[in-house]
Amino acid sequence: MFSTEQSCWFVRKVICWRAAASIAWAVLLLPPITAVFIILSRFSFLHPIHTISECLSLLTSASAIFSFILLCGVILMVGFLNLEYYTVIPTIACSKIALLGQLLHPRQFVSSVVHCIMGIIVAWCCAITIGGRYETLGYPCIQSDGSPQMCLNEYQLILLLAGAFVGFSHSLLGVIHNMNYVSFHTVQQYKYLRFKGSLPLVVKCSAIQALYSIRNYIVVYFFLGYIPRAWICKTLNLHLTSSAHPLDSIAGLLDLSLFYHLWISATFLLFTWYITLLLFRIFVTEVYSFPVQSSFTEDAHQCLPKVLLTDKQPMILKFLALQDLALLSQHSPSRRCEVFSLSQPGGHPHNWNAISGECLSLLADLTQRLVAYHDTVATNGRAKSLSTGSERKTSSETSVTSGTEDLMSPRPTLLMKTPASVFARSIVGGPQSPLTAPFTPDLDSPFASPALRRLTAPVEQCSPWHGTVQSPHIMRRAPKLWSTSTDSQVNGSFPPSPASVPSPKQEASKPSLLAQFLQNRKEQVLHFVTDQNYNVILPEASSQALFADSQAHIWALEGLSYLVQASFSEDHFGVVQTALPSILSCMLVLQEAVDRHFKLPHASSKPVRSTSSIGDSTYKTLRFALRATLKTAIYRITTTFGDHLNAVQMSAEHRKRLQQFLEYKE
Amino acid sequence: MCSLALFPPPLPSGQTTLCESNNELLSGTSTEDRPKQVRFTAAVITTLCVFCRTAFLDHSETLWMRSAAAWRDGGLTGLLTEITNSHTEVPKWLSVSSGCTLALLRWISSFHGSLFPHLTLSSEDMIAEFSQVLNWSDCVVRAFSWHPHTDKFAVALLDDSIKIYNPKSATTPTLKHRLQRSVAAVQWKPLCASALAVACQNCLLVWHVDPCSLSTRPSSGCAQVLSHPGHSPVTSIAWSPSGSLLVSASPVDTAVMVWDVAAESCVPLQRLGGGGVTFLSWSPDGSHVLASTPSTLFRVWETRMWTCERWPCVKGRCQSGCWSPDGSRLLFTVQGETVIYALTFTDAPGSRLYSVFIHASGDELIMLDLSASVGGEIQSLSWDPRGERLAVLLKGDPQAVDRPAIIAVFKTRTNPIFELLPCGFVQGEPGAEPRLMQFHPNFQHGALLTVCWSTGRITHVPFYFLSTGVPHFGLSGSPLLPRLQERPSAFANQSLFTELIS
Repeated sequence: MFSTEQSCWFVRKVICWRAAASIAWAVLLLPPITAVFIILSRFSFLHPIHTISECLSLLTSASAIFSFILLCGVILMVGFLNLEYYTVIPTIACSKIALLGQLLHPRQFVSSVVHCIMGIIVAWCCAITIGGRYETLGYPCIQSDGSPQMCLNEYQLILLLAGAFVGFSHSLLGVIHNMNYVSFHTVQQYKYLRFKGSLPLVVKCSAIQALYSIRNYIVVYFFLGYIPRAWICKTLNLHLTSSAHPLDSIAGLLDLSLFYHLWISATFLLFTWYITLLLFRIFVTEVYSFPVQSSFTEDAHQCLPKVLLTDKQPMILKFLALQDLALLSQHSPSRRCEVFSLSQPGGHPHNWNAISGECLSLLADLTQRLVAYHDTVATNGRAKSLSTGSERKTSSETSVTSGTEDLMSPRPTLLMKTPASVFARSIVGGPQSPLTAPFTPDLDSPFASPALRRLTAPVEQCSPWHGTVQSPHIMRRAPKLWSTSTDSQVNGSFPPSPASVPSPKQEASKPSLLAQFLQNRKEQVLHFVTDQNYNVILPEASSQALFADSQAHIWALEGLSYLVQASFSEDHFGVVQTALPSILSCMLVLQEAVDRHFKLPHASSKPVRSTSSIGDSTYKTLRFALRATLKTAIYRITTTFGDHLNAVQMSAEHRKRLQQFLEYKE
Repeated sequence: MCSLALFPPPLPSGQTTLCESNNELLSGTSTEDRPKQVRFTAAVITTLCVFCRTAFLDHSETLWMRSAAAWRDGGLTGLLTEITNSHTEVPKWLSVSSGCTLALLRWISSFHGSLFPHLTLSSEDMIAEFSQVLNWSDCVVRAFSWHPHTDKFAVALLDDSIKIYNPKSATTPTLKHRLQRSVAAVQWKPLCASALAVACQNCLLVWHVDPCSLSTRPSSGCAQVLSHPGHSPVTSIAWSPSGSLLVSASPVDTAVMVWDVAAESCVPLQRLGGGGVTFLSWSPDGSHVLASTPSTLFRVWETRMWTCERWPCVKGRCQSGCWSPDGSRLLFTVQGETVIYALTFTDAPGSRLYSVFIHASGDELIMLDLSASVGGEIQSLSWDPRGERLAVLLKGDPQAVDRPAIIAVFKTRTNPIFELLPCGFVQGEPGAEPRLMQFHPNFQHGALLTVCWSTGRITHVPFYFLSTGVPHFGLSGSPLLPRLQERPSAFANQSLFTELIS
């Protein structure tokens, strides 16, 4: 209810300002970068002083100022695109066809075109500043018959096209390397220091990437360069001189000075864009401190427990809230004290209940996902061939549902939230209520209830971007990977499930039968295409996709374990004690699921790390980070409580497991 | 101010320090009292007294093989180092020219190289120079680490293997890896049973040794290799007490690397000045990290936002340091001085105390008319986890025969004021010189100092006392130890230092 306005407040008050600040800094950094570029592009060793004076006069000229304004416009646009396209959960293509689908997506197409145009603009500015033979597109020349006319200056053309090519390849590589993915650092640093620390990397990456792009571009131009040249000549009514060499020949392209200018322009282009991206990442991932509780009711929706609980919000809000939780649980005793406090009238630990309930539901959600994935995937790492026609249809239906309707209809994951509120309201029946089954210590197999099976909806679909951004055939891969079987089971066993569960599926099929029909046709076509070996699911990628949002789980684990550790001495009312069995059993169940997952052959293979890319590859190793954090979290609790844990109610199996931890044998 | 002059005189030759009991350091002659020593330690923890002189592998690979391996591991600098080191096998001009090229490369690679002469050292010499181990290059035990939670420890030996001893299991796994050369430090990950970080010549290794596994030779697949260009040799590592991060330092790299080990990613914390980082120590409460540099400067990093404070020293570089258990006090020593300094960190910024506490020079000791004078520069410091005993490894004087390396132990108190009181010297068998020492992280009956000797022997010296900070239930003040039957008569007259304490 307040969620819409709440998402507004965060995006409006925080994210937008952060993005604006990052763009402002990028624009402020533009003059020095341009100055360096001018000096590098015009420097000659023979006349160093002459070069510098020339550069100074150029910097103050009208054309330079005009091109500078253009460059500012490009930076603004790049910053806007960053804000528009960024995501905290990477989209991982699990098969080659899915990757192709991402590349051909209309939204991606728009982005590519915009990047192309911006590349041309930047290249034009570069041509103006480098000057000399690159300055104009046409020049007066005298034909063989003696008549004066305008001829095409191919040097500028090749530079402009290089800009377009580099811009295009930048946007393509952005998809392949997940450049729009914003990762959060484990090491907190001030913004200036982070920027300073990553600056050398950006310089290196842009230079190397520019080199590769220009190499590819030269090859392309050698074979296909005559097409744009002829087109430009025709539209602008320019002529080709017979005296000059055409540049798409080996002799024309073996020009070192041309190559250097192409490379330095591409480096300049990529560097300004990367800097904008880097600043955006640094600003947007900055820690935001949410108040734990507020004395004013109008600010209540901005408090940490409320922010964690609500769903319909930008994912970044949830991530920042969890990050703040992890940090406060480690570093700030006064804020921990607020978490452990009781509400003033009534004396209920609302803060702790909300926070722990949300963390536990996140962890239980991951456990469900892992178990379902393990069920669908055969041990060889490939998907089992259980996608029969009918099931495929249901999966596509659900994907459409999750893609469009889920944003409006109450999502089933909301169920996971209800236990916490139930728990908060009625202390007596709270922990034992059937809905909290996964967290109760006596019920160790939380996957028995079919209602809970329903909750395996992957979080990836929950984020608003993924819902709107992706085309259905990309969306399809998510349910197909790990929830096809569960979905079909849900369909089978839906009636006996509790009546409180709303049935979004039935509602979803109503809106447009035509769309559904088209969708099914499309699915069939795609099914035909993808049944070939294109659709071989890359096993490691599927494992990555499973853990794509695990940063949230890592923070939840850290936050919970630190809070439990602190509760040993700081929790005066014993609010944590009531939740200790459920926390321990939740962690142990997850530990079991993670262990099982890492027994799969592909899961423990390390991805190759590429250091020469600005794209953040943190998501590739999130599963290892999660595994390590989980173990550390359990050890943190066991070392703090030691033998006191024997008094905690727990099933025999879990006690055995916990004993292993107490003896340091895990 | 406290000096070694207040110490009881060192033991006569042939006597070995056994333990501390009733505020006295007990000793015995090394030959006849050996069973007693074993019984002492056996009463506390099952026999951990190991003898780790091993048969060393012969360096029999051909020059080409070694060069190829060096090229693969260390690139051009590695190759040049290998050629320079094997000057007996290659023509003189080749070794000399590669040595020159190497020096030139090093000089160019860091532009402030000319200011810092340590950059011209070879990497083995560099490790030996900056290691916490006394005479690292010929030391049999090159690194030692207790597990922070259980009774097991890892020992790195001269032949580049690491052995893990656990009294509860019969197997002693031996860790060997192609890249595991010139081990400078090992440390177990806190809040984890299996992970062991190893600082090697070219990289960092993190071994995952399954405690339940019965295999004696874990495969090299159990080790994660963490490397960063320009960050070798690694001379010091430190895990955060929460087990989440690992920091590593190299004297050639001005950046401290903060590793997220599971993700194998690192964040370099670059600060110019100092010319490298030699020694790291993470405070037990996790809030600060000491990072010393090869020049007269050290830094104290604050680990929340990773900012640092510069602390210039007057005379030499910071050689060693250790933190009090609550992380509020840092003791450190400076090369070329025989003084332990103390830094106090309080919550209020700006109220830092930088005070001189202990003089450890031997000159004052001579006035006490001892048969053997002791003292010298300080090699390393170690503070027991309860903050009650401080062990100081003194280098002695290699030229003088009668000034061997020795360990001096102080009693410390942090509440209500910081106090250091003399306890005594820890000595080994005749001819054995202490090289490395570490306190057991959770010894129940006081403190347990583990000392690695130059003979290859590792002994444990228990200090039995009742901790003042920890409340004891149902105990009437007598330490929990098996008493010796025959008590030397010297015990009868209580030491005058106990009176100083009260």
